[in-house]
Amino acid sequence: MSHLMDCKHNTELLSQSQDRPLTWRERMAMRMHLMMCKGCRNFEKQLAIIRKAAQELTRKL
Amino acid sequence: MSAIDPDDLQQHRSYLLRYAILQLRDPHLAEDAVQETLIAAIEGRSKFTAQSSLRTWLVGILKHKILDMLRKRAREPQLNVAEGEDENELVDALFKENGRWASPPQTWNEPEQAMENAHFWEVFEQCNRHMPLNSARAFMMREFMEMTTDEICQELSISTTNCWVILHRARLALRECLDLNWFGNAR
Ligand SMILES: [Zn+2]
Repeated sequence: MSHLMDCKHNTELLSQSQDRPLTWRERMAMRMHLMMCKGCRNFEKQLAIIRKAAQELTRKL
Repeated sequence: MSAIDPDDLQQHRSYLLRYAILQLRDPHLAEDAVQETLIAAIEGRSKFTAQSSLRTWLVGILKHKILDMLRKRAREPQLNVAEGEDENELVDALFKENGRWASPPQTWNEPEQAMENAHFWEVFEQCNRHMPLNSARAFMMREFMEMTTDEICQELSISTTNCWVILHRARLALRECLDLNWFGNAR
């Protein structure tokens, strides 16, 4: 629970969810945090945009 | 009879070059990688089947050349010892002592529209180039070359955990850069 309001830790989880499957516990902690934190919800969307842009770029070059 | 005409190869040259520059960040090395790719393509043209597009096939060869060069460069003395510090500084600046955002990310408006805009892509490439080298290298491997983290760890001889940390820093840096130079301007 100590990490619950920790955006720094939560962004690590959000980022790692693009690289590995998170554990159940991590996913729960992440969802709880996201419910309460608009900044991290925006960060989550932006990670998806960045990934999409990276994939798009190789097609665009 | 080969299905490939050397003129066709030349048509893809500028794409391959930009792809290589993005990864290698060195126009001369990139030029070499592309040259080797085109030579390998001509030598191996009998292996090309029309099942994949010519560009996809060429990029496949180029990826191997880029990896070879990154490997060679990794064996050379490292100049970027101080980089880890820079990257930590960024993370420290983004979050407060208690782990909360120093300045929480705001909504990015109309990302789909941005991706239709040529200027957005200039900014995006610039932001990729300005990432710290270690971050950029891992990020490129992950997002552009679509390698798994395991493959990247092996390639860079780092632990899996370290790999996640580096990728995360890359994304934070890229997010900041795009926010500052593109999405933030619209607000
Ligand atoms: Zn948060």
